[in-house]
Amino acid sequence: MTAPFTHEHEFETQDLMINMGPQHPSTHGVFRMVLQIDGEVVRDVIPYIGYMHRGGEKLAETMDFRQGIGWMDRTEYLAQHNAELSYVMAVEALAELEVPERAQWIRMILCELNRLSSHFMFTGAFGTDAGVFGTAFVYSFREREVILDLFEEISGDRLMYAYFRPGGLAWDVPANFERRVAEVLKSTKQGIKDMDGLLTENEIFRARTVDVGTISAADAIDWGCTGPVLRASGVPLDLRRTEPYLYYDQVDFDVVTGTNGDVYDRFVVRVEEMRQSVRIIEQCMERLRPGPFLPDRLPRMLRTPPGEIYLRTEAPRGEYGIYMVSRGGNRPYRLKIRSSCFANLQALRDMTIGSYVADAVVILGSLDIVLCEVDR
Amino acid sequence: MRGLLKSMGVTLSVFARKPVTRQYPETHRPLPERDRAFPLLLWDENLDEPFCTGCHACERACPVECMTVLMKDNPAHRSQGGTSTRRKIIDKFWIDYGRCMRCNICVEVCNFDAIGMNNTWQGHEQSVYDRADLIQDLPQLLAEHKAGDVKPWIAP
Repeated sequence: MTAPFTHEHEFETQDLMINMGPQHPSTHGVFRMVLQIDGEVVRDVIPYIGYMHRGGEKLAETMDFRQGIGWMDRTEYLAQHNAELSYVMAVEALAELEVPERAQWIRMILCELNRLSSHFMFTGAFGTDAGVFGTAFVYSFREREVILDLFEEISGDRLMYAYFRPGGLAWDVPANFERRVAEVLKSTKQGIKDMDGLLTENEIFRARTVDVGTISAADAIDWGCTGPVLRASGVPLDLRRTEPYLYYDQVDFDVVTGTNGDVYDRFVVRVEEMRQSVRIIEQCMERLRPGPFLPDRLPRMLRTPPGEIYLRTEAPRGEYGIYMVSRGGNRPYRLKIRSSCFANLQALRDMTIGSYVADAVVILGSLDIVLCEVDR
Repeated sequence: MRGLLKSMGVTLSVFARKPVTRQYPETHRPLPERDRAFPLLLWDENLDEPFCTGCHACERACPVECMTVLMKDNPAHRSQGGTSTRRKIIDKFWIDYGRCMRCNICVEVCNFDAIGMNNTWQGHEQSVYDRADLIQDLPQLLAEHKAGDVKPWIAP
């Protein structure tokens, strides 16, 4: 890290402070960073967050366990199923509910599809950040829309699904679910191939991303990075593998890691993860059997015994954890969301200092932040 | 150079595919049966009155408190010389569509299948010039199902 206000010029110069955001198309929401620049080189970064703060954690404390599900969608609006999953699994662990097998498999399929749609969103938005203006964005949105159509047919909504319930699912999937998933996977595979061909080997894209925003494995661990940001630095930490939840221990998939921990590796790790997700979904579809989607005896109003729990799952952006304290009753006494984006964003300063101003956008894009999750 | 050509190849191959875009305001995508727009009240054609008895179940379960329900004695009940089996019936009902977060909980808690989510494009296209216009009263909530324009999907 370079100390601020050090100059190597013959004449006296002064560093310039410029604002980036909050209204900036490349900040992925409302995020402001103040860049201290010396010519084109970034000397310091001061991030400002909180523009999207809505008190979601506190609001969820005033709501019972079913009402809170809708709020989890709104914290993580690109991987809603994963956010809901953490919440309902925390409630299930507190209330000691048994979840039927079919519900678990469907949850796994939906979470992996959600990972695909989230990573499509990333590849598109990141392509735009890196200068592949428009093309990557509209291609990935085309593929993402196919997945969202399936979600709409299942849950009824394109984005705010509110589909998981403590104990299982809100209702069963439609009868043509298997055929539709096969269709979606077919188009998704083509989509992954497209994005791979469009960006991975593209010389212009590589020139913008290789050896930019590098972070070492030790630094990434120190900052608490998780998900693809950490794995790109070469740490094979994937909660689906290290502490399996649902039935991730019964399916076969690879934990993808990078080597350099630069922006390019973060992109490649995500593209490869999409292929692994397709693999997981195909295995899940083979194991899906008819059966109940909710436990037999479920109280009309779910109450949990007193207790506390921290439950984490592997969301597309990393570890999405729910810390929940219950004092009995039908609502959490305290709810805290461990946001993967917030932890990943902390590493931004380390990554950006010493790089060019134009790379600041690329580095921020490579973190794949969702500002609603950062601020909650 | 090879990577650039590969990228161009992907772009060129897309020309051979069918377009996926639609001219939205003119053409609408068909909506799935389970689509959730905004909640509306259902009309009992046999008895010519709403299904809703004003039991406040949805009002209590709503996470964002967008509903206001008032109940009254049913003037068409048998004891009053009518034909209805409903002792109580809905008097006034307001839903603030500006607050509603379309979570489907009101439909799940309803004991009489009296409320459903609109699954038509009319349900989605709700733009108005004043936020106060988003507050729907009982006749507005009943109108679409009464006219037979909507068949909401209610989870079994």
